[in-house]
Amino acid sequence: MYDKLGLKVGLEVHRQLDTKRKLFCDCPTEPAEGQVIKITRYLREAQSELGEVDPAALFESKKRKKIIYHINPANVCLVEMDEEPPHDLNPEAVETALQIAALLKATPVDEIHVMRKIVIDGSNTSGFQRTCIVALGGELVVDGKKIPIQTVTLEEDAAKIVSTSRGVVEYDLSRLGIPLIEVATAPVISSPQEAARVAQAIGNVLRATRKVKRGIGTVRQDLNVSISGGAVTEIKGVQELELIPLVVELEVKRQLHLLQVAEELRKRLGGQALPPPQYVEVTNVFQNTKSSMVRKKLETGGKAYAVKLVRFAGLLSKESVKGIRLGAELAGHAKAWAEVEGILHTDELPAYGITAEEVSMLREAVGADEQDAVVVVVDEETKALEALRAVYERAAQAVEGVPGETRAARPDGLTVYMRPRPGSARMYPETDIPPLPITHEYMEKILSNLPETLDQTAERLAKTYSLSSQLVQALIDEEKEELFEQIVRATSLPATVVAAALTETMRNLRREGYPVQNLSDQLLAEIFHSLASGLFSKEALPDILGWMSKNPGASIEDAVKSLGLSHVSSKELEKEVEELVQRHAAEAGDPRLVNRLMGDLMKKYRGKVDGKLLHNILVEKIEAVKQRS
Amino acid sequence: MVSELGYGGFVAEVLSGLGVGLGDEVEVVRNGLRLRGFVMARYEYGAPDVLVLKLPNGYNIGVRIDASTQIRKLSSAVAPSFNPPPPAPPRENLPRVMIANTGGTIASRIDYRTGGVKPALTASDLVSIVPEIAEKANVSTEILMQVVSENMTPTHWTEIARKVDEFFRRGFDGVVITHGTDTMGYTAAALSFALQNPPAPVVLVGAQRSSDRPSSDAALNLLTAVEVAACAPFAEVVVAMHGWHGDDNVLIHRGTRVVKLHTSSRGAFQSINSSPLAVKTPQGLKLLTTSFHKRGENGYMFQPVFDERVMLVKFFPGMKPEALELLVERMGLRGVILEGTGLGHVASSFVPVLKSLREKGVFVGMTSQCRFGRVNMNVYENGRDLMRAGVIPLDNMLPETALVKLMWVLGKLGQKAAYEEVKNLMLTDICGEIGGRTGPQPLFTGEAEIV
Ligand SMILES: [Zn+2]
Repeated sequence: MYDKLGLKVGLEVHRQLDTKRKLFCDCPTEPAEGQVIKITRYLREAQSELGEVDPAALFESKKRKKIIYHINPANVCLVEMDEEPPHDLNPEAVETALQIAALLKATPVDEIHVMRKIVIDGSNTSGFQRTCIVALGGELVVDGKKIPIQTVTLEEDAAKIVSTSRGVVEYDLSRLGIPLIEVATAPVISSPQEAARVAQAIGNVLRATRKVKRGIGTVRQDLNVSISGGAVTEIKGVQELELIPLVVELEVKRQLHLLQVAEELRKRLGGQALPPPQYVEVTNVFQNTKSSMVRKKLETGGKAYAVKLVRFAGLLSKESVKGIRLGAELAGHAKAWAEVEGILHTDELPAYGITAEEVSMLREAVGADEQDAVVVVVDEETKALEALRAVYERAAQAVEGVPGETRAARPDGLTVYMRPRPGSARMYPETDIPPLPITHEYMEKILSNLPETLDQTAERLAKTYSLSSQLVQALIDEEKEELFEQIVRATSLPATVVAAALTETMRNLRREGYPVQNLSDQLLAEIFHSLASGLFSKEALPDILGWMSKNPGASIEDAVKSLGLSHVSSKELEKEVEELVQRHAAEAGDPRLVNRLMGDLMKKYRGKVDGKLLHNILVEKIEAVKQRS
Repeated sequence: MVSELGYGGFVAEVLSGLGVGLGDEVEVVRNGLRLRGFVMARYEYGAPDVLVLKLPNGYNIGVRIDASTQIRKLSSAVAPSFNPPPPAPPRENLPRVMIANTGGTIASRIDYRTGGVKPALTASDLVSIVPEIAEKANVSTEILMQVVSENMTPTHWTEIARKVDEFFRRGFDGVVITHGTDTMGYTAAALSFALQNPPAPVVLVGAQRSSDRPSSDAALNLLTAVEVAACAPFAEVVVAMHGWHGDDNVLIHRGTRVVKLHTSSRGAFQSINSSPLAVKTPQGLKLLTTSFHKRGENGYMFQPVFDERVMLVKFFPGMKPEALELLVERMGLRGVILEGTGLGHVASSFVPVLKSLREKGVFVGMTSQCRFGRVNMNVYENGRDLMRAGVIPLDNMLPETALVKLMWVLGKLGQKAAYEEVKNLMLTDICGEIGGRTGPQPLFTGEAEIV
């Protein structure tokens, strides 16, 4: 089906490197507690010598915001604050990037040139992101298909947004400057599932370096998606691998929907373009409105403005898939360009306390008949007008088909409009950092010390620890293979127990809603050490893991105590089993006795005593009784 | 054509053989990779056999060129043609401000094609980059010189002062001087003495972060400088620079009291031993003192001559007195400003040399390397000995300002100046450079914890 639609997907996989220091300074890459200092900044883009106006830059400059940066001196220095020139490229990050390039069979550049890529939304204090191509032209084979790798890029991660409100945006600088590796594929992926598999395969290559960060926010996938007759949509920030197929599928459906709408519009307009807009003040229409939303805006000095969209009636709320409507697209543009909360349109009115009478007054005010749609924005005059301008422009594009856009992925797989697609990137050299030559000798050294790939790791783990291939695969998918080996080497615990706990048990707990992301590697290792030292039994492990995930900061002893798993000494246990068997001495010849007694014992000791141990003691005692009789 | 690109050796040979120049599109085949890109100028620190290419995606990369590399020209560069918009018609009732450029780049345009950063020097270009300027004043621009800050000399100070005097006579309501930041404090002090009690403000301004970056402090500093030049109630030589890390605080410092205290931070410039004259916040320009020379007040004196036979000498433990003796002799110095320790000391071994300098009529003034506070040579015996040897304590004058002032004093009094005249003038407050009360240090109010 996707072949016929001409689906083409390209991937950009971004992942934070787990280096000791940031890319251009000596700050640690770990989060830190502590008080923050706040500073206010504004960005203004230097104009291009060519006098060209880039659509994405225009978008940002139109909404020049006050930017407030949060600075924690524990992991932010003057470099991130754009108060000190960047230091040289972090060699640890460069080496990791070159390893990745080698694993992807990409050709390293002979000299790395750090560039400044203009980004003026505030996420980079300097107004640009420092980025450099490390290698070009590799490939990756996924399910027998060659996926060309276009570039391997090393860049500084951007600051994390803390909050945004009209005219003000706040960022935390802790993340700014963490090395980020970016691997970009050619747009050759032809199905939603394949996109996820390619992303995973790239992820596995990155992880082979053992130098990538794990956990929420450390991986971001950008997708560019197009179908024939549609346009390239750049979708930013898909965090979970599992979400990729849904995002692609929904983007295809969105483009198909927009193509359908465009066809209908062209029919209705008889091949004519959308007539030019007229923005009409309609505050009067709502002077006695019962809509509390509208009234609140008007009472605080807002005005209502409307624009007529000729022949659009019914098309704004037409919905082929839940959430995919032209109305939502218009609202997205209004929000992004003018920071208004939303729009009202006649396809969904009367509603929200707006009466049929108000709707007909509205139609009259803008001269709209039943075949037209009317969009209303209630806000400060300039904001309302700017929002309507964005609405009209987007509506005009709807007649043409699918506009190329940059969109942001939401957790439900749908996307929202972010900004227009940028023209050719506005980049210029970072002259504060000398170019870094990549010598033949250096590359030889990297090539001869390549890390084990995850496939090799899987093979080795299966062999060394006699694990099933499924269990090994699960460990790798859960990114727990390193932790697994570390625990098994340091304790006497059986490999299967550790592997199953780190995969199945964790997955079950997650499914049951336990916040297992709270269980850091270090904490998990401690829990297994406690298990190995007999603090609790392996049956109690799921309960312990669940409890610890819900009680961050608590100790394992706390967990044992609060779950009532206090330890039973083996002496006590033997005594108890001995007595039990004695009471049933007459039945010692019955082969079912073991199971029956085991059931009773487990009722009492589940979680406190290892079942296998208990079973052994029981069998031993019954045999002893048999011998004596 | 190739030389302008900075390449040499084999790369230069190949490029000139192909007739390739800056921005031309080429195809390079190397290591099995076929690359298309635009030829960029060689980076000064780059390896000599590496060609810099800008790929179609905007990235630059270095490609090693050797005999096995195939390279061919695809197309010639299209020269960018940017014409700044015509200047806005002057607005009535707005003050006239002259923006004079001495070097450094307060505003620039980027050629993303080549990575070149071009300074904006004309008024219309400047206004097209920082359009808010046009709301504050009708600006004119003039390029006085193109000198990086550290290459400035007293001769340049004189040249700048002469131009500013001319701008006053041409009736400008204020003058803004863009200046590299490294020695901006020295120039500010020099202009303070050269243009005493000026009829209009003279505002020096620069940028700590380059003007090509969207985060540059240049635009806000410039805008504030224009505003101060256009409408501040004071008419003095001042420096307008960020006061802190944020963009919500530009300080207006008196030219004789300001120093650069940080190599790279926006808030590098601070007033020492006195308050800044004013601070510009989003709420407006707030005066921080009432004692200043008012705009339109009389008393303008133009005296732009500096005698360069003066040195600023920083004392350090173990420094040999002969070094000072040698300097004065060899350089034919008429005066020395010492940057002594603490309250104003150099080693007692200097006493004989200082005595003989005094006898020869060489002026020796004492300032402190402590920066904050005033010298007082009465407190310790050594200080008293040094004074008896002829050293003149210069109260709370900044060492840099004292140096500039001594050059100016000697320039003003001329070759035949009497020692006492020099001394008296050095100790007289001419433009707020010496004396005044010393206030308490602001309290650190962080959440300090004693462990
Ligand atoms: Zn740092």
